[in-house]
Amino acid sequence: MLELDKLVKIVGDAIDAGIRALGLGSAWVMVIQLAIAGLVVVAFAAVMVLFLVWLERKISARMQNRLGPTRVGPAGTIQTIADALKLLQKEDITPKAVDRGVYFWAPIITFVAALAVYVTIPFGEGLIVRDLNIGVLYILSITTFTVIGLLMAGWSSNNKYSLLGGFRSAAQVVSYEVPLALSVIGVIMFTQTLSMLEIVEQQEKFHQWYIWRQPLGFLIFLIAGTAEANRTPFDLPEADSELVAGFVTEYSGMKFAMFFLAEFLNMFTLAAVATTLYFGGWNGPILPSWMWFIAKCMVGVFILMWFRWTYPRLRVDQLMGFAWKTLIPLAFINLILTGVGIHLF
Amino acid sequence: MVSDYAAVAVFLLLGIGFVLFNFFLARLLRPSDPTPIKLSTYECGETPVGSGWIQFNVRFYIFALMFVIFDVETVFLFPWAIAYQSLGLFAFIEMLIFIAILLYGLVYAWRKGLLRWY
Repeated sequence: MLELDKLVKIVGDAIDAGIRALGLGSAWVMVIQLAIAGLVVVAFAAVMVLFLVWLERKISARMQNRLGPTRVGPAGTIQTIADALKLLQKEDITPKAVDRGVYFWAPIITFVAALAVYVTIPFGEGLIVRDLNIGVLYILSITTFTVIGLLMAGWSSNNKYSLLGGFRSAAQVVSYEVPLALSVIGVIMFTQTLSMLEIVEQQEKFHQWYIWRQPLGFLIFLIAGTAEANRTPFDLPEADSELVAGFVTEYSGMKFAMFFLAEFLNMFTLAAVATTLYFGGWNGPILPSWMWFIAKCMVGVFILMWFRWTYPRLRVDQLMGFAWKTLIPLAFINLILTGVGIHLF
Repeated sequence: MVSDYAAVAVFLLLGIGFVLFNFFLARLLRPSDPTPIKLSTYECGETPVGSGWIQFNVRFYIFALMFVIFDVETVFLFPWAIAYQSLGLFAFIEMLIFIAILLYGLVYAWRKGLLRWY
């Protein structure tokens, strides 16, 4: 049961043999295998988000000296499933003034961008869908697609709150994209590869983790990543107290649920990328690799939730000023220090 | 190698399929009872004033332009970083000059007050 990687290999080979027995070409075999892998990832993402929503509610409650959900299931564990079922039955109100096509596609693009990252996330030994040779670059670029979805949602809603939320999110995500990419380059200078799998393999021992060689870079990555995921203290795009719900104001039912899903998925993605780049990915003693990966990700997710329930929201001018006047110069300094360091040692 | 990107295509299609399936499922279950008031744009209970497509702060546009400049620079830095350890000191100094030019641009924008929000 614990040897998930071997199980995956056995099942994969069995499916492979089964499809070959049908007499299909190798291209079809590959597409079917990928589709199955994709379905597993979608299922994983859905379950993970259900869990994370519950976790966030529980953690926030504890931090505010409350109990959080307790009624549905033991310790409220089934609460989010109940919420999802409720959203499924909610009337889907599409206001008359919206731009229908753009309004319809916005949640789809947002979710697909959040999901497509998982093509190259190494969950454990042998548990990676495809090890792309440009892995890191691919992740950085596909996560930015989220902003197109948010901008589409904000603009198409024909609502002032949505428009402001959409523009804020676009400005924020593009501004923080620069320090994020620059901090990742610091790691790339050590790894000499963009493949996620090779980066994990280089960090087999505890002292090889890149966090020890890139402490400043990690700090920049964490701050910029939090902003990319639209989490407090950088949650201005949806700032409930001033913009109602930002770009999701006019969305209801399943369309709203898709934005919600993408948001929590992005949070897990951030933790997963941080784990892979800085904390040795799935490397660890005794326990199977995928358990280490999930455990490390959960620590990251907890820190993000901790941020949310501890820090107040920034003002919009402070937010942009911080990205351009502090983080980007710092990221360049980190890059230069890394360059000098590699030459000296 | 190229076949690796088939995975990306499959994931994109699967993601779209998953969302559309959810929409379809919700369509089967949810009620649909639109009224003119329900379909009006939300503005905290007031009748919406004008269109939602209002004039916005031009700063957003300037930040987008700055982003393009710096992100293209980041893209240039990626191949440099991958080959960094085999390129030697020359590449490092060359990149220092490149970064210095761009930082000069950032300082210029800063001094001109483009990074101020209002």
